Amino acid sequence: MIRMLVLALTLAAAGGAQAPAPPSVAGSAENGKRLYMKHTCYFCHGTAGQGSLAGARIAAVARNAQGFTRYVRQPSGQMPAYTEKILSDQELADIFAYLRALPAAKPAREIPLLDQLRPR
Amino acid sequence: MARLPRRSVGRRGFLKDAAAGAAALVTAPALGAASQDAQQQAQIRPSVPPPSAGLAAAETNPPPPRVDVYTTDRPGSDFMADVLKSLGFEYVAANPGSSFRGLHESFINYGGNKEPELLTCCHEESSVAMGHGYAKIEGKPMLVMAHGTVGLQHASMAIYNAYADRVPVYIVLGNIADVGWRRSDVEWTHSVQDAAAMVRDYTKWDDAPVSLNHFAESGVRAYKVAMTPPCGPVVLVADAVLQEEGIAPEDRRRLRVPRLSPTGPPAADAGAVAELARMLVAAEYPVIAAGRVARTPAGIAPLVELAELLQAPVHDGQFMLRMNFPTRHPLKNAGSPTEADFILGLEKPDFFLITHRLTPVNRFGMDARRVTKAGAKIATISSLDLSTRNNYQDGGRYNEVDLAIAADAEATLPALVEACKRLLTPDRRRAIEQRGAKLAEASRRMRDAALDEAAWGWEASPISTARLSAELWDQIKGEDWSLVSDTTFVSNWPLRLWDFTKHHQFIGFSGAYGVGYGAPAAVGAALANRKHGRLSVNIQCDGDLNYAPAVLWTAAHHRIPLLNVMHNNRAYHQERMYVTDMAARANRDVSRAQIGNELNDPAIDYASLAKAYGVYGTGPIDNPKDLGPAIKKALDVVKRGEPALIDVVTQPR
Repeated sequence: MIRMLVLALTLAAAGGAQAPAPPSVAGSAENGKRLYMKHTCYFCHGTAGQGSLAGARIAAVARNAQGFTRYVRQPSGQMPAYTEKILSDQELADIFAYLRALPAAKPAREIPLLDQLRPR
Repeated sequence: MARLPRRSVGRRGFLKDAAAGAAALVTAPALGAASQDAQQQAQIRPSVPPPSAGLAAAETNPPPPRVDVYTTDRPGSDFMADVLKSLGFEYVAANPGSSFRGLHESFINYGGNKEPELLTCCHEESSVAMGHGYAKIEGKPMLVMAHGTVGLQHASMAIYNAYADRVPVYIVLGNIADVGWRRSDVEWTHSVQDAAAMVRDYTKWDDAPVSLNHFAESGVRAYKVAMTPPCGPVVLVADAVLQEEGIAPEDRRRLRVPRLSPTGPPAADAGAVAELARMLVAAEYPVIAAGRVARTPAGIAPLVELAELLQAPVHDGQFMLRMNFPTRHPLKNAGSPTEADFILGLEKPDFFLITHRLTPVNRFGMDARRVTKAGAKIATISSLDLSTRNNYQDGGRYNEVDLAIAADAEATLPALVEACKRLLTPDRRRAIEQRGAKLAEASRRMRDAALDEAAWGWEASPISTARLSAELWDQIKGEDWSLVSDTTFVSNWPLRLWDFTKHHQFIGFSGAYGVGYGAPAAVGAALANRKHGRLSVNIQCDGDLNYAPAVLWTAAHHRIPLLNVMHNNRAYHQERMYVTDMAARANRDVSRAQIGNELNDPAIDYASLAKAYGVYGTGPIDNPKDLGPAIKKALDVVKRGEPALIDVVTQPR
């Protein structure tokens, strides 16, 4: 019943720079969406990849497929490492393709409920 | 102190006889054939014993017949009510229990059910958590009554939350200390030698008075102790015999209720304040880490004054524990403590995490790395240093600091501000102003970035927590609103988007992170807000509500206006993340982390749940376009003085 709150699993930093570059493979966004949900990426990053206090936004981030895979294998934050036993390079490529396919957010200035919050 | 002489009608002898007769009556069915069958069954399956016949009869039969007539015009509980009424309680929350029935009756008839007014609760955990939320708005304790055994067992987690949150709650426990007065197995099992022992590790003070004058003195002392910072829950046992026995006319003149003489909060001594002021004014870049600083509304102004005087950013750390500082102030969370050359921790229980980063290593535990700037100085003002316990580990890591002041921060800040003013030279003021301009710019950028982040997932279903927060703000911003829930589980979006300026607009978290606090604390806080005409808003986590949802009925029954907006992610989501982490660490299937953590299949219908308790309910809403209109309708209900609930299916965080 008593629970400690630890805000975990951040992808914010570009870590794992020392790891060898994973092979570059083409990905399927359709399969990536399925894997993204099945492997619970949305727990921390949201179903739209929007991010949360528990994990950074990963929709439309400026990172290539190899950098993405490298980070998932050797994350630098509190995100657990996902090895090939859990997700293959191909599956990560699929997830990356899905994330790249997610639509960009509308600018906050074009959303009245948010724009009204801007300091004047 | 000796018990008062017994009245001349031979009350004890009469009740002993009556109890013996009653016991004979209630145990008689045990000799019947049905009972013998039950005993045989119990022998066959000893691990699952049925309730004893005596217990079953005591729970279900009408009270035993009286063999004589006994009345009193002045039970001891009337005097107990006098004592408690003298302390100014507005409300007494209770799930009714036989061990305090005398006091219950005195409150409603002798006391007229006013100051305190009975609040009907369906769980003792709700009673205490309501008191917890109430105190954080009203600044004084609510009275709670509970059985000394089973009631306190239910209440215990909520008491621990209040203790860890340094919030006063005044708990009166019923108990039958004298074996001669226990009439059945029920009363034996509901009696205890030392009722408060169960919660003594996480209450501030307790007593079990053996006379009415003892009850009076300890009753007033309990209030004084609870309200002296660091505040905390207190327990007073009301012996059932003392409650129910009449007070003989000749004894009444000997009873006296002591006057409450409140203790002032402990402020730091002048020497320590002067030393701290010198360090602060000399610092090139001071940062303040604020925990439970503003105990009262008066705590905000001196913190703002100190921060502005020094242009020192004010950081919350992982959790914002109190409404200490306006959320849109340019110094709020600006810059970083890692850049500071001086960090002042104020009533911050997890202050170590401001100055350190923890990295899991291996079985040796966490690698704690100090992340402050080289040579940075650290000081603290904290009343936590005045309340050290050892069993329950709410103390956090040990801090190596340069100056530790054991005092209440709110009480100390005005003197610290004045001491700093005296030391500031024109040159220092100019340097400080330049730093302030940079921080203001950083703050503006941070705020713009938050708005941009909020736009991501704007049209998503389930609804994003940023969208939920923005939709709510749009409709409450013109009201005198009060957010009576924490924001951690909705990624702190209200704190990042809304304009918090007043003390009653935020009440912080539970203290010990015991789940089940949220809903009842919100109801208690909303009750405190009611007489001020404030609009109370509760962003209610689904897992939390399911511990004791009947507090919704309490809100409906007592006409407590409260807008409940469900953050319904259909899971104990923090645990889903934890189990995912463990599965990944073990190189196993992360997709199975749902098991044991989901609150789905079937999805819980919270709108119907609310309706069942007499609360307006609507939803589930998973289309963000439907949320605004739903909030508007629910607000109409709340503005009529009633609670309402909107079930919103949300993103996990």
